Amino acid sequence: MQRYVLTRLLLMVPTLLSVAVLIFVLVRVVPGDIVELRMVLGGSYVTPQVLAAERARLGLDRPLWAQFAAWMTGIVRGDLGLSMWSGEPVAKEIALRLELSLQLAVMATLLATAIAIPLGTVAAVYRGRWPDHLVQVFSVAGLAVPSFWLGILIILFLLSVFRYLPPLTFTSLWENPRANLAQLIWPALAVGYRYSAVATRMTRSALLEVLREDYIRTAWAKGLERRTILRRHALRNALMPVVTVIGLEFAFLIGGLVVTEQVFNLNGIGKLIVDAIAQRDYTLIQGLLLLVATAYVLVNFLTDLLYAWIDPRVAYQ
Amino acid sequence: MPRVRWGTAAAGLVVVAALLAAPVPVDAQQPRRGGTLSYAVSALPPSFDAHRETTFAMIHPIRPHYNLLVKFDPQNYPKIVPDLAESWTSSRDGLTWTFKLRQGVKFHDGAVLTSRDVKASFDKIIFPPEGVVSARQAIYQGVRAVEAPDPQTVVFRLKWPVPSFLEKLASPFNWIYKADILARDPRWYERNVMGTGPFRFVEYVRGARWVGRRNEDYFERGKPYLDGYTALFISSRSALIAALKSGQVLIEFRGVSPAERDDIVRTLGPRVNVQEQPWLCNLIVAFNTRRKPFDDARVRRALTLAVDRWSGSRALSQIAFVGPVGAVMRPGSEFAMPEAELVRLAGYGRDIAQARAQARALLREAGVPEGFGFTLKNRDVQMPYEPVGIFLVDQWRQIGLNVQHVQQETAKYLADMRAGDYEASVDFACDFIDDPDVQLAKFVSSDVNPLNYGGYIDRQLDLLFVQQSRTADRAKRLEIVRRFERRLLDEQAYVMYVLWWQRIIPHWRTLQGYKTTTNHYVEPDLAEYWLAEGSQ
Repeated sequence: MQRYVLTRLLLMVPTLLSVAVLIFVLVRVVPGDIVELRMVLGGSYVTPQVLAAERARLGLDRPLWAQFAAWMTGIVRGDLGLSMWSGEPVAKEIALRLELSLQLAVMATLLATAIAIPLGTVAAVYRGRWPDHLVQVFSVAGLAVPSFWLGILIILFLLSVFRYLPPLTFTSLWENPRANLAQLIWPALAVGYRYSAVATRMTRSALLEVLREDYIRTAWAKGLERRTILRRHALRNALMPVVTVIGLEFAFLIGGLVVTEQVFNLNGIGKLIVDAIAQRDYTLIQGLLLLVATAYVLVNFLTDLLYAWIDPRVAYQ
Repeated sequence: MPRVRWGTAAAGLVVVAALLAAPVPVDAQQPRRGGTLSYAVSALPPSFDAHRETTFAMIHPIRPHYNLLVKFDPQNYPKIVPDLAESWTSSRDGLTWTFKLRQGVKFHDGAVLTSRDVKASFDKIIFPPEGVVSARQAIYQGVRAVEAPDPQTVVFRLKWPVPSFLEKLASPFNWIYKADILARDPRWYERNVMGTGPFRFVEYVRGARWVGRRNEDYFERGKPYLDGYTALFISSRSALIAALKSGQVLIEFRGVSPAERDDIVRTLGPRVNVQEQPWLCNLIVAFNTRRKPFDDARVRRALTLAVDRWSGSRALSQIAFVGPVGAVMRPGSEFAMPEAELVRLAGYGRDIAQARAQARALLREAGVPEGFGFTLKNRDVQMPYEPVGIFLVDQWRQIGLNVQHVQQETAKYLADMRAGDYEASVDFACDFIDDPDVQLAKFVSSDVNPLNYGGYIDRQLDLLFVQQSRTADRAKRLEIVRRFERRLLDEQAYVMYVLWWQRIIPHWRTLQGYKTTTNHYVEPDLAEYWLAEGSQ
């Protein structure tokens, strides 16, 4: 197992390095100029000398390889550089938003898991009967309805019926749990519902597969209780693909809630990515995309570890 | 002894009694202290230094921490009123401007403001040191030196008399910084706040909110009225409108679309007040004169002739925040072209059928084939760019042209404009001042101002620009401005003005003392605003 963990950790280095090169190249081939965006877009007349001086100050007049080398050197030292838009350290910009995005991702994941596993199990057990149909309707609707649209519906409903809008400013969970939950519960619901629909379907199909296995038939033949068969034999083995889906979806949620964050005015990582791209804030985009890539790689790694824990045979393969 | 007119007196008494008996409308309240104003800002400030930025996103949240030397009166724009300067005089030849400062103005760190601070601030704006960016340096080319002969006096010495010099000094971006700080680090203000303004800085949560609280030591006795303010950064339109409707914010100082206004009014009814005003922003079409057939003035004239601005204004103002028809100088401003003169410019006549016939003839004369096609590049910003782009495509179709409307993400759009990779493009200009130096600068030859993306060289325009800029006599200056406008829009038609913008500002009635102006830069002056009783 130790060897397995070590190999996986070492493999992360070339993966992330390739990702870094890819991110740097992709970001730089996109047309647009941060200096013009921030200085000309206001409509005022700015002299070309001023624009050139600003480009030089940001190091944008240096060759691309030199800019990449400077970025890589910084990363090795643990420094993601300064945002070209705000002048603040990229790490600080990300850290400010990470708490919100992580919390929202965790809340949506917990909500989705809490809904998906029981519902998926019910659907599988009652396959072809009315509880299954009900769950199918629930999950198909969840897949069909984009979470941002559900978010807009939630806001409209709260606003028109209760004249209430979730607070627009983020309060940390540790500072004021009530205010924090009042803000995040609604987007977590909107996102968690769609997420639960994916996981419900996955649980159902995985469980149906497992329930057809010989060892389950043996368990029935041995006269084990239905609950025991489901919990100890079927569900544990069916969870493998479900864990994969939940893991990848969780990684996606950290940076992927762009539209939902816009709808609820949440100051999260998704919104920061959109702003950074629109502003051509190269250093910030690079830092953010590297973070998202790292999150995916790490979550994948942890998911694999979880596999090994669920099914010890995995670690030896 | 005058005779008493009993009838008149009785009528007067009735009016007075009626006035006393009538419920006092919220708008008639006297200013009161207290409360925190929450408002929305729809973009993020790039830095905190007004001398280097051009965006309202920095002005709106941070301006309340600072004062200017002189300022536009937000209640009577464009009147100039004292701010840190108590009074000023100009020499007879217009080459020396002397300002006397108020006594006892304190920075938020307790230091007393002197003329040294004002000089250091304007030196940074007009003569920025190496590595320091000043976005407005170009409009002060006529300034020779700034002097501080004694602690209460600031003197500006000019190279030539500069019309509208006072208005230029009143730029809402000319915040007065502390000289000692600038001497230590001229870029300190990019990331820090320390002024003399009515509100002290409390916190900035990046991308979320900016908070200020009342400066108890403010030099204007009794002001500000508010205890504090919170500027909430809300970039999504739906979230912004929801925030306004729910009362989490009372105002957004930039503007909303007609549809958003109607939505807010439907929800809030009498609790909301809507103020509208022509906006010092416009939509222009720039033609790439380096490309055929746009290198031919006849083609450009034909394109501008084909557009029915008057009916376009009526229709588009229902769905987008555009409306006023005008030339280069804002309609309604002291520099605006009178309508009698305006209708003589290509594309501004009332007889659109005749104008379009003329346009077709010009195209034939220029050898442009029937059904000629080209691309109109536009920003992918919905309001007001998209509807105006669609309108233009339709107008040009009426003279047999086939136009493809290409909407691009802003950064790509700007990159293409700079590279000259376009045929015709929807361009824009916004500013805080109607002064021709500012409004005309965009249109001088591209080797003088590379931000003129059209790529034309026209020394006549360059000459007219310099002439008007150095002509102190108002009437003469206006005459030169007219010649510039006629050459730009009519004779050469290098660009065409489509429509000017219309500002629509809905705000909760609980916000008092607020009055819209022609632009979204001279606001918000939070020192003047207060919250109606019972609102907090």
